[in-house]
Amino acid sequence: MMKFLKDRIIEWRPQFEKGGKYERFHTVFDGFSTFLFTPDTVTTQGSHIRGGMDLKRTMFFVILAMLPAFVFGMFNVGHQHYLSTGAFTAPGDGILEKFIFGALKVIPIVVVAYGVGLGIEFFIASRKGHSINEGYLVSGLLIPLVMPPDIPLWMVGLASAFAVIFAKEVFGGTGMNVLNVALTARVFLFFAYPTFMSGDMVWIAEKPDTYSGATALANSIQGNPGYCTTDMFLGLIPGSIGETSKLAILIGAAFLIFTGIGSASVMISVLLGAGIMGLIFNAIALNEFMSLPFWNHYLMGGLMFGAVFMATDPVTAAQTERGKWIYGLLIGMMAVMIRVFNPAYPEGIMLAILFGNVMAPLIDHFVVQSNIKKRLARA
Amino acid sequence: MASTIKLRKGFDIKLKGQADQGKCVAVHAQTVSINPPAFRYSKFKLLVEVGSEVQVGTPLLHDKKYPSIVVSAPVSGEVVAVHRGDRRVLQEVVILADQQQKHIEFGPIKLESMDVSQLRSAVQQAGLWPLIRRRPFDCIALPDENPFAIFVSGFDSGPLAPSIDFLIEGNEQAFQAGLHLLGRLSQAPVHLGIHATQTRSAALLKAENVQIHHFEGAHPAGNVGIQMHHIRPVNKGEAAWYVHPSDVVILGRFALNGRCDFRKRIALSGSETKEPRYVDSILGASIQSITAGEFKGRNDVRIISGNVLTGSKVSPDGHLGFYDHQLTAIPEGNDLEFLGWLLPSYPRPDISRSFLSGWLKNRVYQVNTNTHGEERAFVVTGQYEQVLPMEIHPTYLLKSIMYQDIEEMEQLGIYEVSEEDFALCEFVCTSKIPVQKIIREGLDLMYEDSMA
Repeated sequence: MMKFLKDRIIEWRPQFEKGGKYERFHTVFDGFSTFLFTPDTVTTQGSHIRGGMDLKRTMFFVILAMLPAFVFGMFNVGHQHYLSTGAFTAPGDGILEKFIFGALKVIPIVVVAYGVGLGIEFFIASRKGHSINEGYLVSGLLIPLVMPPDIPLWMVGLASAFAVIFAKEVFGGTGMNVLNVALTARVFLFFAYPTFMSGDMVWIAEKPDTYSGATALANSIQGNPGYCTTDMFLGLIPGSIGETSKLAILIGAAFLIFTGIGSASVMISVLLGAGIMGLIFNAIALNEFMSLPFWNHYLMGGLMFGAVFMATDPVTAAQTERGKWIYGLLIGMMAVMIRVFNPAYPEGIMLAILFGNVMAPLIDHFVVQSNIKKRLARA
Repeated sequence: MASTIKLRKGFDIKLKGQADQGKCVAVHAQTVSINPPAFRYSKFKLLVEVGSEVQVGTPLLHDKKYPSIVVSAPVSGEVVAVHRGDRRVLQEVVILADQQQKHIEFGPIKLESMDVSQLRSAVQQAGLWPLIRRRPFDCIALPDENPFAIFVSGFDSGPLAPSIDFLIEGNEQAFQAGLHLLGRLSQAPVHLGIHATQTRSAALLKAENVQIHHFEGAHPAGNVGIQMHHIRPVNKGEAAWYVHPSDVVILGRFALNGRCDFRKRIALSGSETKEPRYVDSILGASIQSITAGEFKGRNDVRIISGNVLTGSKVSPDGHLGFYDHQLTAIPEGNDLEFLGWLLPSYPRPDISRSFLSGWLKNRVYQVNTNTHGEERAFVVTGQYEQVLPMEIHPTYLLKSIMYQDIEEMEQLGIYEVSEEDFALCEFVCTSKIPVQKIIREGLDLMYEDSMA
């Protein structure tokens, strides 16, 4: 079987190359064949051997790290629904029903996000004659995870298209973008269709109108998240699909740090920054939200998800090691500040990361300048 | 005694086929060659023709810009071929070696009584000047420049690296004489970098007339450029010279005997070598003589003059490069690998902890020349920094080269680097970016800007 596939690829390959019959489909053929088989290209210059790591593997490991949050997210979408209708109130009841309900909600969102985004990527790559870049494999799963469960599918499609075209392709594709692609999709919907992205109605799929669907962040304006700490940690609360379970996110974080694929510096510094800001607010304590013990910020909303999966995006984060710490601290502090000061944007982490993305080149600039100054001082 | 310089960044690539010090044989090289492409930025005039009889020390080439730079014949015999490439650029001058070697006598070298310019012209006349190279640019040292220091790295940390202790074994006296000569070629100090724990040879540990520096750490700790960076980095407008220990021996023999003697020990390594060993041969020896044609049964073997990170590909009927003292043979990797990015079908070295190999530091690998992925834009950050023990921001330097901003390249430290120092960055690069080629393009630009 494997040999058959291999032989076919070698046999068909010339037809997709320049001057071949199907030259136009080179990008598509290349995309699929290199996914199945790592190419037989050998080194021609520089180092004669190369390490085993490539972008496909990198991106795939990030997807693996997101799987716990993804699987739990599907369950929780069902759980929140049946909790609101009163059908299965205990987390352990009706697990199968909850998974099926959640899957029916979440899988279509994933399919649309991947379909639209990859479609555009394939189209643009073949127009430009580039190979398909693996970056969107991660963005395509991140987008569903930061959506409310009841989001209309056309909005997912529209947001994915907007993000891929305006956050990524106009800058030159993966590696060139300034803003995190998945967050751009989310912020687009947040400002274009605020009623579908905020408030008390969107976080539980098909809930009865009488049931309160407020998130912990929204409740916290009154000084109390309204959910018990265990539920917030395990993720049995309303929220965006992938953000609720801190446990699942921490499993992903551990995996990313263990494999060395995600930057521990960024994750730690974001959480540190949020803690520092939370403590400062605790000390000032001018209103109820400020007095809320700082550690609650870790358990509410998307702070943890953003710190682990979005702030760490190497393309949009600071690139120097020292810069990463400054960048992370800045994001963490901004996130808590936005949450507390501006209840109109309860999800501070989204805007904080985008702000961090914009600031990252400047932060790196100062780090690099200090290296240059040292060199000039020596001469 | 200086304290040990500990380098925490770097990576040792452990490969199959380490040359065995227990097996060292003397071989006679039928043909020997000089390969002018090894001398960067030099343009040569050919002084012999096919059929010319030469002796050891007969000038073969001289530099068109600096005529005092001469490359001499490493063996006596007959010039049998002159290979030229595109636009008639000299590629190789091949000499068929005599059984009995005849040497040109250059007369005694009196280190104490001859002054700097007399010593320099003696070394230049004998055609030994090209053994001395300079940073920046890694080209032959300019005949009349004054370097701020001369560096010799006394250990090699590269993949399957030969033991420098073993390369100079039996030539301790010549090595010391060579160091002495280097110290007299300018007013500059000579720095010798040795490994804090692995260097055993008394010739290195107890070298005289030099400043000894102890280094510890993974590859590229043995690269002379890395050592310079930590001992005394090169600034704009400065030059540092460096010489390989085997070439120090050749210079030393000249200082002692007043004649050229280009013999050197060469490591034959790599998984496709039947019997990894050392051979006592000569500079520019034929691959055929070093390997005796012994490769494991496979057809697709890549033979590399040098190591797998920085060496150059040579054909089985080619010759060892001028500055090389190692030959490596590994299999080509021209095969499709099913889901190779996800489920590697054989173990491969990498710094990434997503592979088992990222955790098993002492495993020895069989590698091939597959790129293990396709070229992409810069995405992953922080990788280069893990393997570059220099205070340099590698990605920023590479980008400044790509957009050809000469001023920024200078500010970011282009004068301190060479592609060999960045070879590991290229090896670990997830995006498979041709890092070494980019660094050299940057150096080419700087050379044109400042030297040409």
